[in-house]
Amino acid sequence: MIEINGVSHNYGKSKILQNISLSIKESGITALIGPNGAGKSTLLSLMARLQPLQTGSIMFDGHSVSQTPTRELAKTLAILRQDNALSSRMSLRDLVGFGRYPHHKGRPTAKDHRAVEEALDYFDLQDMSGRFIDEVSGGQKQRALVAMAFCQETKYLLLDEPLNNLDMYYARSLMKRLREIADTGKRSFVIVLHDINYAGAYANEIIALKDGTLAIHGPPQDVLETNALQTLYSMKITVTQHQDQLVALHHL
Amino acid sequence: MKNIGVAIVALFALSCFSLFVGVKEIAISDWWQSPQNIDLFFISRIPRTLAVILTGASLAVSGAVMQMLARNSFVEPSSVGTAQSAALGILLVTLLYPGSPLIVKMIVASVTAMIGMAVFLAMISRLPVTSPLLVPLVGLIFSGIVEALTIFIAFQTEMLQFQGTWMSGEFSGILRGRYELLWLCGVLAILTYVVADQFTIIGMGKDASINLGLNYKQVVIVGLFILALSTSLVVVTVGMIPFVGLVVPNIARRLMGDNLRASLPWVAVLGALLVLMCDLIGRLVHFPYEIPVGTVLGVIGSFVFLYLLYARPAHAR
Ligand SMILES: Nc1ncnc2c1ncn2[C@@H]1O[C@H](COP(=O)(O)OP(=O)(O)OP(=O)(O)O)[C@@H](O)[C@H]1O
Ligand SMILES: [Mg+2]
Repeated sequence: MIEINGVSHNYGKSKILQNISLSIKESGITALIGPNGAGKSTLLSLMARLQPLQTGSIMFDGHSVSQTPTRELAKTLAILRQDNALSSRMSLRDLVGFGRYPHHKGRPTAKDHRAVEEALDYFDLQDMSGRFIDEVSGGQKQRALVAMAFCQETKYLLLDEPLNNLDMYYARSLMKRLREIADTGKRSFVIVLHDINYAGAYANEIIALKDGTLAIHGPPQDVLETNALQTLYSMKITVTQHQDQLVALHHL
Repeated sequence: MKNIGVAIVALFALSCFSLFVGVKEIAISDWWQSPQNIDLFFISRIPRTLAVILTGASLAVSGAVMQMLARNSFVEPSSVGTAQSAALGILLVTLLYPGSPLIVKMIVASVTAMIGMAVFLAMISRLPVTSPLLVPLVGLIFSGIVEALTIFIAFQTEMLQFQGTWMSGEFSGILRGRYELLWLCGVLAILTYVVADQFTIIGMGKDASINLGLNYKQVVIVGLFILALSTSLVVVTVGMIPFVGLVVPNIARRLMGDNLRASLPWVAVLGALLVLMCDLIGRLVHFPYEIPVGTVLGVIGSFVFLYLLYARPAHAR
């Protein structure tokens, strides 16, 4: 379980997050949505201890992110950041392999190699695994970075806009894969998504942020609702139903 | 291409050749028959060749580590003020405590090198990440300032000539008993290899390091410590040698990428090869006189570096 308690965050004088408190249940997919600049990435980076907490607390299974050794946390949670400005020149296989570092500490075992090969297979990266990260396309790079986070095999995986740069095929196959894993009850995912239809179709719960405050927290049917979405994004959105699935027509 | 055995054989062959180059001609066929020759080998030729190899490997490995810590591939200890700070330290300790043993000089030099590096890293941490070429420029300016300060002090205290021996590196003074500290550089290079993965991760950035569970600060400090120590060891024993730490890691990076675990053995062997070659050139072009290896490297290194700057990136295999 992830417990976020009274978290506020300021950059200089501007208030980015204001008193966020929520808890995220074990196993499942939680989608984090909201307009640009709402504070989604900031919240995720605080959860992943990439920046120190200013106020409040964040706990994973009772372990506070500000007090637990970062070495231990690396086996519990992993993050994929939104802007992956990676300056290292590394082959995709090596890069994905570094996802295993928290487990093997520089001495990879057969199990680590197997996990890397599986991830490369799964994300269709095998035939370019020897290429350097600066020599593949944007979507291929994104898949490699997702594969790397995946390989870390942590109980909690925080993904900041993992569908960026992915084509329809890979976007859907990634979400399906996450759903399958979540259904085994072993891992949970917190995913920042801009496409609310993905959030509606794959998440158990949706958290919406607006202007640094918690706007909505509930199951998809609470959020995929005309009034709620219109207030959240300040635009006209129609929600219809296709078979038993709610669909927001945000592009029309 | 990726067979390091070939490079090691080349290094070995060149080392053997290096043993037979010198003012006193020694025939390969019968050198062991004269006790004088054997003495010459053990007192001068072998120490010199070993010193060259250790120095070359150490400079190249240091360059690779510094490029990871600074996250910039255009820096090395002798271009960003680290080696200059070490030289300043040696000058100061020589002035204040004349006649202090080599080991004391080395310790003081490591401390000043460490301070110099910390200042440099603090300065570049404020630069925008979008202009990577500012980093080596700041380094160049900083090293210029430290060097000018050193020369000023040396000038005022009439130590200029003395100071010159550390400012431009050369191996002609290497004899048995005067190079052994360099073995420590070898040990440090091996230590670097042991923790290579951590430096590679640091090179991916702070967020990636935290995410993979590294204590960012601690690894950076270990890195600074290794760099300061090996840089000052080289400056104390042979003097400053430019370009090796810049050129070699960049070549290795092109071929093998940024994974230090894979590239460090190459970096070490290529560094040794480069310095050995330049030392031989320096000994042969003007035989029987010598040109300091630093001068040879200055010429060759700058051409290779310009080539690396402008050449197109290697394509995927
Ligand atoms: N380093 C920073 N310094 C100052 N302000 C920042 C910084 N990083 C983010 N902000 C501001 O904080 C607010 C929240 O940013 P954040 O990246 O969390 O938004 P987001 O919800 O992830 O948006 P997006 O959907 O565009 O990714 C924004 O208004 C942004 O301008
Ligand atoms: Mg964001």
